[in-house]
Amino acid sequence: MSALVIADHDNEHLNAATRCTITAAGELGGGVEVLVAGHNCAAVADAAARCEGVSRVLLCDDESCRAQLAENIAPLVVQLAERYTHVLAAATTSGKDLMPRVAALLGVAQISDIIAIVSQDTFIRPIYAGNVLATVQSADSTRVITVRRTAFQSAGDTDNPAPVETVTAAGDSGLARLLEENQTPSERPELTGADVVIAVGRGLGNKEHLDLIEKLADSLGAAIGASRAAVDAGFVPNDYQVGQTGKIVAPRLYIAVGISGAIQHLAGMKDSQVIVAINKDAEAPIFQVADYGIVGDLFTVVPQLIAALNR
Amino acid sequence: MKILVAVKRVVDYNVRVRPMADETGVEISNAKMSMNPFDEIAVEEAIRLKEAGIADEVVLVSLGVSQCQETLRTGLAMGADRALHVETDVELQPLAVAGLLKAIVDRENPALVVLGKQAIDDDANQTGQMLAALLGWGQGTFACAVKIESGAAVVTREIDGGTRTVSLKLPAVITTDLRLNEPRYVKLPDIMKAKKKSIEKLAPEDFDLDITPRLQTLKVSEPPKRKAGIIVDDVNELLDKLRNEAKVI
Ligand SMILES: Cc1cc2nc3c(=O)[nH]c(=O)nc-3n(C[C@H](O)[C@H](O)[C@H](O)COP(=O)(O)OP(=O)(O)OC[C@H]3O[C@@H](n4cnc5c(N)ncnc54)[C@H](O)[C@@H]3O)c2cc1C
Repeated sequence: MSALVIADHDNEHLNAATRCTITAAGELGGGVEVLVAGHNCAAVADAAARCEGVSRVLLCDDESCRAQLAENIAPLVVQLAERYTHVLAAATTSGKDLMPRVAALLGVAQISDIIAIVSQDTFIRPIYAGNVLATVQSADSTRVITVRRTAFQSAGDTDNPAPVETVTAAGDSGLARLLEENQTPSERPELTGADVVIAVGRGLGNKEHLDLIEKLADSLGAAIGASRAAVDAGFVPNDYQVGQTGKIVAPRLYIAVGISGAIQHLAGMKDSQVIVAINKDAEAPIFQVADYGIVGDLFTVVPQLIAALNR
Repeated sequence: MKILVAVKRVVDYNVRVRPMADETGVEISNAKMSMNPFDEIAVEEAIRLKEAGIADEVVLVSLGVSQCQETLRTGLAMGADRALHVETDVELQPLAVAGLLKAIVDRENPALVVLGKQAIDDDANQTGQMLAALLGWGQGTFACAVKIESGAAVVTREIDGGTRTVSLKLPAVITTDLRLNEPRYVKLPDIMKAKKKSIEKLAPEDFDLDITPRLQTLKVSEPPKRKAGIIVDDVNELLDKLRNEAKVI
């Protein structure tokens, strides 16, 4: 019984979602090792080695891993996999890209987006936009899993770092090449890890009104999220989308502004600790999941809220 | 260039699905069924590539029960040329679907396979990546822009921090995200015309492949319900509740 966690990182920082995956791997009851595949990414390996519960870090530092293309990383994971009963990654866009490729090369199923571990072969995962929870049992000897970050605590640091060993890359597959990467610039907390999220919907009407939401987010030190409609309308970048097919968040406080509350949106935020809804339509379904609702025009309510917070 | 598009018949996105009382499955016997929305985007993208003169044939494939034919008819009405239906009543999981799709790719030799990034029923988000692995091809997942130029697919992908653009050697697999395009509405004459297009029937037994499910669903249940909330009168009451009752600010 041992688990290999594939680290999500940008060659400099370990993604906090990986810390939650390490916690999930620890619940399986065996040893937890972490693979850091990238280029000039020793700092990531050091961070992983300091995570509580990690017994060893495998570092694959190679030019062919720099862009972390699934085509190049999957063969490496497959080489290592036979030593482990479980291979896990966070259900980030990189984890979702990589892990099915790993599973298919191993000839096993992949178990997506688990929210609980029942036993070493049995897991709970949401289906149908989170309207149903399925308990699934795997018949495979290697279980390839992606983990929903918000369902597991983040692994802390220890003073006693695990050893870091190097492993050899599988090389460049020649199938894919990274041309360009555009990071959405943001001074705000990262959406999936934020304590407070202000989410904006189509009700904002127009991109020019976004500064109202920015000001509210400033007063609360919040991240900004959005409904699909707000992204499609161009109010905010694509990676702000919360929902079934966007990001899953579960902050301490989620404030939905001008969002109707479609099931696809609720799928991404209904596990938040406290939900506030501001909507002018008293019948909007978002009020069914909100702990506190204000029925009113956001252009009146939000400025009042900002003023009261800054008082 | 030939494009193969895989389409799945799923419960319509407007239907709120619930577990059955005995928790052995979900209540969908009378639910409205539709083409998985992401697959509609995949069909649209393939047809646009044909309209742009880049592709010369768009072939659809669906795997599952006999009613998948309706889903295929929708795609044919959108403008696909012909369709394949691998008919089975057996539950197919992503690895089995990827295996069957690989067998079809081996027969059809497309230069591009386009699929939706996830099906909105099992929310697995796996089949495209698995197919690419089995074929040994590159994969452009969660695509929001696709260009075909000199033997390569240039795919812009939606990722957590923004977007990234990759160049994939052809043949390749692409999975679609929501913002790749807006699928066209089919008009009545197109539906009539589509009735004449061919749907070839196949069976999983035509391929030498183990499609037994690897994951057994032990039970399905309702997620925990949130407790009912309240409507507050104004901003001051809201802040009071957030500070003193919920203690979240
Ligand atoms: C395959 C698929 C996947 C999807 N995935 C996602 C997803 O991941 N995330 C997601 O969010 N959606 C997703 N959707 C879309 C989803 O179905 C809804 O269309 C979307 O969430 C609606 O966004 P909205 O609430 O901002 O817009 P609307 O539903 O148009 O709601 C706008 C709300 O704003 C209110 N409003 C308007 N003006 C004001 C004002 N001045 N003051 C206060 N309130 C006001 C209105 O009363 C209304 O309730 C998906 C859909 C499909 C088909």
